[in-house]
Amino acid sequence: MVRVIVDGTPVDVPPGSSALQACEAAGKEIPRFCYHERLSVAGNCRMCLVEVARAPKPVASCGFPVADGMQIFTDTEVVRRARRAVMEFLLINHPLDCPICDQGGECDLQDQAYGYGSGVSRYKEDKRAVTDKDLGPLVKTVMTRCIQCTRCVRFSTEVAGTPELGLVSRGENAEITTYVEKALTSELSGNLIDVCPVGALTAKPSAFHARSWEYKKTDSIDVMDALGTNIQVQARGGEVMRIVPRVNDDVNEEWLSDKGRFSIDGLKRKRLDRPWVRVHGKISSVSWKDALIALARRFDGVPGDRIGAIAGDLCDAESLCAIKDLLQSLGSSNLDCRQDGAWYDTSARAGYLFNSDISGIDQADALLLVGTMPRHEAPVLNARIRKRFVDAGRGGFPIGMIGTPSADMTYDVTVLGNGPDVLADILSGKNAFAEVLQNAKNPMIIVGHSALTRRDAPAIYAACRELAHACGAVTPEWQGLNILHTAASRVGALDLGFLPGPHGCDAASMLRGGVEILWLLGADDVQLDRIPPETFVVYLGHHGDAAAQRADIILPGAAYTEKPGTYVNTAGRVQRAFRAVFAPGEAREDWRIIRAFSEVLGHTLPYDTLEQLRAHMAQVNPVFAMNGGSVQRLAGTTGGQAAPASGQAGELMPAPFRPVIQDYYQTNVISRASQTMAECSKVYGVAPAVAAE
Amino acid sequence: MSTAWTPAEQPDSFVFDSASEAEIAGVLSKYPEERKASAVMPLLYIAQRQMGRVTGSAWVPVVAMDVIAQRLGMAAMRVYEVASFYTMFNTRPIGRYHLQVCTTTPCWLRGSDDVVEACQKATGIQHFGETSADGLFTMTEVECLGACANAPILQVDDDFYEDMNAERTAQVIAELRAGRRPTPGPMIDRNVSAPEGGRKTLLSSSTADQE
Repeated sequence: MVRVIVDGTPVDVPPGSSALQACEAAGKEIPRFCYHERLSVAGNCRMCLVEVARAPKPVASCGFPVADGMQIFTDTEVVRRARRAVMEFLLINHPLDCPICDQGGECDLQDQAYGYGSGVSRYKEDKRAVTDKDLGPLVKTVMTRCIQCTRCVRFSTEVAGTPELGLVSRGENAEITTYVEKALTSELSGNLIDVCPVGALTAKPSAFHARSWEYKKTDSIDVMDALGTNIQVQARGGEVMRIVPRVNDDVNEEWLSDKGRFSIDGLKRKRLDRPWVRVHGKISSVSWKDALIALARRFDGVPGDRIGAIAGDLCDAESLCAIKDLLQSLGSSNLDCRQDGAWYDTSARAGYLFNSDISGIDQADALLLVGTMPRHEAPVLNARIRKRFVDAGRGGFPIGMIGTPSADMTYDVTVLGNGPDVLADILSGKNAFAEVLQNAKNPMIIVGHSALTRRDAPAIYAACRELAHACGAVTPEWQGLNILHTAASRVGALDLGFLPGPHGCDAASMLRGGVEILWLLGADDVQLDRIPPETFVVYLGHHGDAAAQRADIILPGAAYTEKPGTYVNTAGRVQRAFRAVFAPGEAREDWRIIRAFSEVLGHTLPYDTLEQLRAHMAQVNPVFAMNGGSVQRLAGTTGGQAAPASGQAGELMPAPFRPVIQDYYQTNVISRASQTMAECSKVYGVAPAVAAE
Repeated sequence: MSTAWTPAEQPDSFVFDSASEAEIAGVLSKYPEERKASAVMPLLYIAQRQMGRVTGSAWVPVVAMDVIAQRLGMAAMRVYEVASFYTMFNTRPIGRYHLQVCTTTPCWLRGSDDVVEACQKATGIQHFGETSADGLFTMTEVECLGACANAPILQVDDDFYEDMNAERTAQVIAELRAGRRPTPGPMIDRNVSAPEGGRKTLLSSSTADQE
C-alpha cells in the first residue's frame, strides 16, 4: 500500500492507483467527465485537476499515479481557478439548451457547471456546431452538445468490442462519429447513453418523454436473458418510462443489454387486460369470477394426470411455485419448464448452473464454448468474456468454440468445428485445444442451449463433464463447467422442481395431446400447432401473443415490472424484483390468480400472502430462503462427483449446432410486442439462419 | 460548419497495385507482426500516392482505408481517425497538383500573400481548399513546412519550391500545366539555404589566412 495525504488526511491506496482514486478513497469528490471507472484513462477533459505538492502546475488526477508520501490538495484556490477555467472552455462550444435536453437533471456538465461555471460568458464569437449522426434506432445524437470526452469511443472499443465510434479530424473540427454513417451494431449500445456525461447521446425511443426527476424508481431484475441483470425501473404515472442498469459487480457490472433497456414499449402493447373465455370457438371477455368458475367447471371430473402445465421464459418463481402446488394437489406431475425441450442434468444443482458464477469469468484462463453464442444469448456476459480477453492480453485467454458464430464474437475465437464430434476429438487429445485446456489453471467450459436442446444433449453434456474432469475444470477450488441459460425463469423453475414427475409428461408429449387440460404459464414459444384441437388450453400470461390465440381461456397476468418476483439467474443467484407499476386493466399478479383459482376449485393453496408463499418456496428449496432481501448465491457441488462414462448417455450425433437465437431483438412476448425492437430487427437484420448449414 | 471529413463520392473498390505492394512489404518488414498496426500511416500514404498515380487525384477513399485496416488487423474506425487527423492525408478527391502554400509567420513576412494571390490568378481558385475548374490544381493553406530560411514556400505534392514570389509562382504553375515538373528547391540563385549568389564567408582557404 502507498500512503498518500489528501487534504491533510492520510489514506492508503494500492500501488498503481491514480491520484483520483486516492482522493475518492479519502472521501473527496473529484469532478470528472472523461474518466470512467470501467474504461481506460483518457485524461482529455482536464476537469479532475488537483494540486500536488512540489508539482509545478495542477495535474489531471485521473492519469497521475500516486507515489508514497504524495500530498494532494483538492480544494485550493489554484485548483478551483483551474477547474473554473476548464469549465469555461468546455462551455464555450456547448449549447445552453438544457431546457430542451433529455439529459437535463442528470447531466454531469450541468451539475459541475453549478460548482465551477461562471454566471456570464466571455465568449462573443460564433459557437461551433456539429452535424448530428445517425447511430441507429436506439441512440439519438445531438453532437453539438458533445464535449469530446471519448467515453463512448472507449466504451464501444473496449467493453462492447464493436469499435465503430471514433474521434475523427482534429482541433475545432474534431467530431465523434462512425465516419461512414452506419448504425451501431452492438447489443450494448444503450450503455453509451449512460456513459455519456452530457446530452450528446440520449435514448431515441424515449426522446422528449420525461424528466429524470419525475420518475418513481424501483429496483428490479431484467428478464430478457438469464443473466439476471440488476435494473432500476423508472416509471411515471403508472407507465414504465425507462429502464437503467444498477451496479452489481457480481452480475452485470453496470451494463444492460439493449433488449432489456428498450423493450419497454412492448409492455404497453398487445397486453391482456381482462379475462377471456372461448365459447363455441368465439372468444369473449368475461369477469374474473365467471372466468374462474368456467375454468373450475372444465377442471371438474378431469383426472389429475390429464392436466399439465408448461412454464414460459419470463415467469417469476412465485407463480411457478403456485402452479406446481396446484397441479400437485390435483394429483398431476405433468410439469415442464423447458418449453424449448432442453435437457439438463438435474441430479444436482450444479448440473444446470453457471457454476463459476459470472465473476468467475475474470479468473478463467481458457474457455471452451459449446453450442452457445453468448453475444446474443447474454450480451452483458459476453462483455465480461471480452473484458477477460482484453485484460489477459495477447494470447492470455484462448477461446475455443464448437459451433458456428452467427455474428462477430467481439473477441478472438478459434472455431474448432461445428458439431459435437469435436468434443470427442478434444477428449481423445486429437484436437489441439485439448492441450490448451490441459495447460490452463482455471479452464472454463460454457455449454449453451444449441447443445442442450438437441436429442443427444445428455451425451454432449456427459462429454463436456468428462472433459471438465479431465482438464481440471472441476476441483474443490474451481468449478468451470457452466451452463448458459437463455430464459430468465429456467433456473428458478428447475430449483423448484418444475419438471415432469416419474410418470408425468414432458412438454413435447403434453403438446401432442398427452393431457386434456394444458395450462400455459406464459409459454408462447412452444410448438402450438402441435396441440390437438380437443386439448383445452389455459393461458396465464401478459401478452396477446401466439399462445393466447390458441387458448380456450385467457387469464391476464402481470409482466415482470408489475409484480414482486423472485428470479434465479443462470449462476444460481436468487434475486428479487419489486413492483414498479400496476398491471393494466384487470390483470393481476400471476400467483394471486392461481391462488384464487385454487379456492374456486376447492384445493385452496396454503398461502394467502406473498410472505407465506415465499416461506413455502424456501421449504421446497432452501435457496429461496433469502434473508433481508440480500442476494445470496448458493453454488451447487460438483467437486466430489465422479465423471460418468460418456457411453451411458447415448451417442453424439454429427449434426452441427444451430444457433438458438435467430433474431436477438425478437425473443420473447415483450420484445415481440415492442416497436423499438421491431425496428432494431429491421435495421440489424435477422442473423443468417443458414450459418449452421 | 463544414464537416471536412464527410466522405465524397467514393470508388467501389481499392486494390494495392504491384508497385504499392512492393513498398508495403518494405514498410511492414520494419515492424513486428503483432505490432503491424504501426504501419498505418505509411500505408495510408502509399494508398494516397497510388491513387495519384492511377487516377490523377492523390487521395484516400474509404475503401482504401478499409483495405488497410484489414491488412493491418485493426478496426476500420482507427484508420479513419488517423487519416482524418493528419492534413497530409486527403480524404476527398483533389486536383492533379496539390498546391500547398505555407502562410505561417516567416513565410507570411516574406510575402506568402503574394504567392497565394499568384496561385489564385494562375488557377482561378478563389479560396483555400478549392479545386480549379479544370481539375488540375487544388490549393490548400498549410502551417509551417519547416523551411523558413527559404521562405516563402510553395509545396507541390511532395516537392518544395522555395524562395517564391508571385512571378516564380506563376512560372511554376505554367510549367505544371504544361505537364512538366520544375526542379524543386530554391527558385533563386542559391544552393539550398546558402546565401544568394554563392558563399559570402570563408572565401579564402585557411592556409592563406595563416600566411
